[in-house]
Amino acid sequence: MKLEGRKIAGGNARGEALVAAMGVSFFGGVDPETGVVVERGHDLYGQSIAGRVLVFPTGKGSTVGSYTLYRLKQAGNAPAAIVNSDCETIIAVGCIIAEIPCIDHIPIDQIQTGQCVSVDADEGILEVFNVGPT
Amino acid sequence: MELTAEQQTMLDGRYGHATQKAMQILVALGTIYNAQRMIPVSSVQIAGVSFDNLGVAGLQFLTEMAQGGGKARVLTTLNPAGMDLENWSALGISPEFARDQQRVIEAFASMGVVTTCTCTPYLAGNLPHYGEHIAWAESSAVCYANSVIGARTNREGGPSALAAALTGCTPAYGMHLEGERLPTITFSVDADILMQPDQHDPHRTHVFGALGKWIGEKLESLPGRRVPFIRGIPGASLEALKSFCASLATYGGVALFHMQDVTPEAAQYAPPADTIEITQAEIEAATGSLNDRAGTNVDFVSLGCPHLSIREIARIAELLAGKQVRKEFWITTARPTKQIADQMGYTQIIEASGAKFAVDTCCVVAPIKGRFTAMATDSAKACYYAYAKNKFKTVFMPFDQVVLEAL
Repeated sequence: MKLEGRKIAGGNARGEALVAAMGVSFFGGVDPETGVVVERGHDLYGQSIAGRVLVFPTGKGSTVGSYTLYRLKQAGNAPAAIVNSDCETIIAVGCIIAEIPCIDHIPIDQIQTGQCVSVDADEGILEVFNVGPT
Repeated sequence: MELTAEQQTMLDGRYGHATQKAMQILVALGTIYNAQRMIPVSSVQIAGVSFDNLGVAGLQFLTEMAQGGGKARVLTTLNPAGMDLENWSALGISPEFARDQQRVIEAFASMGVVTTCTCTPYLAGNLPHYGEHIAWAESSAVCYANSVIGARTNREGGPSALAAALTGCTPAYGMHLEGERLPTITFSVDADILMQPDQHDPHRTHVFGALGKWIGEKLESLPGRRVPFIRGIPGASLEALKSFCASLATYGGVALFHMQDVTPEAAQYAPPADTIEITQAEIEAATGSLNDRAGTNVDFVSLGCPHLSIREIARIAELLAGKQVRKEFWITTARPTKQIADQMGYTQIIEASGAKFAVDTCCVVAPIKGRFTAMATDSAKACYYAYAKNKFKTVFMPFDQVVLEAL
């Protein structure tokens, strides 16, 4: 299955999808060294975003979150790519400075955690390779 | 987005890595906000300067941009840093923090940024004119530039402001478009407190801060983004307006307001029919809400949020002459303003009292979390961050009473 959206930050990535129903705040919501989600009550609480294709509706929280994405990248624990319904400025700026591929305008309800996906951010395309656990 | 040949060249990387990354940031923002093109800017104000906010990652990013050959193409100034760049030791800042903060400043300086660290760039040599397109971060200065000056800027973040500095442009959306600047709601103020002078609140910073909080919170409670049109204000000093802007931006995320007979664009518009009335009771309620954590002994007194004007420093000197303060008292201002105070002899009088200048920094961005119990201030904005970021109780008082609280 191919889903088409638009480019926010260029590049290519392939990995296992990790899908959140809730918005993500990188500042305060994700441990900047380990990539584990630490926001209490979040549907990804306790899970690591490192190396995953992270799929969520939109960003939220402090603008310092852009720098958290940069720090995650330096620590080797950034997501492989970010896929949003509607990208906002914190995530967009963070992905560009950290060089994380990012696309938005994707119907994210068609992606499930555990599926293998590839992101061609320059073309704004996400491809799902197999069906995840049901 | 449609880019000019030169903008496309920047995006292609022929001006170096830093300029390329800067243009990528601006194109991404333009995409998100459906901008058709870039618009040239002539002035930039960068936020994200305090190492307390930037952290290691922010410093690494700025260093990468500096090493990547980034150079400011337009007049660019900085927000307050996390410390007085000269007198940090006397203010209790650690040598480790000072070293990292200096690295931040050096990265900006090597990119050709003017390193005056202030939230009032318009008092320190970065003053745009009416109608000028600029890219400013620092929410209080954005509100002041759009509303009081009539310049055009969105509420930029640290990286997007730096990107504008390195490329000399910003995506044309939001406050840069005339249609987005129309007032959409009226606030009609009818309060005696604004009509007469108050001997304890010489420039009305306290009462305008309270008014800004009330309007800001009201706007936050309404759906969508509104541009307020404010009427019933008999006049306002520069100091009142800077306090009002800081408060409106902190509590309501406001980028632009129009104030009848005060701000330059107000005369173009009729007040929108959708009207909210404000009486003295509302202003008093806003004042009280910033004081409800009182009852603890004040151990920290702070004036200068936003940074003090020379007139305000003169008033502090007048009140402190021949007296001794008994509490930690920070007077925060821009270095150029402090230099005027030196020349006028105000600095000597103030320092003889035991009060301390904290230049280049402020009580919002310095690393002072948990260092004090309760802070006295005339600033509604400072109350917000004292409580939320630094875990202090707050006592919100008129300017002169804040000075007297230190004695």
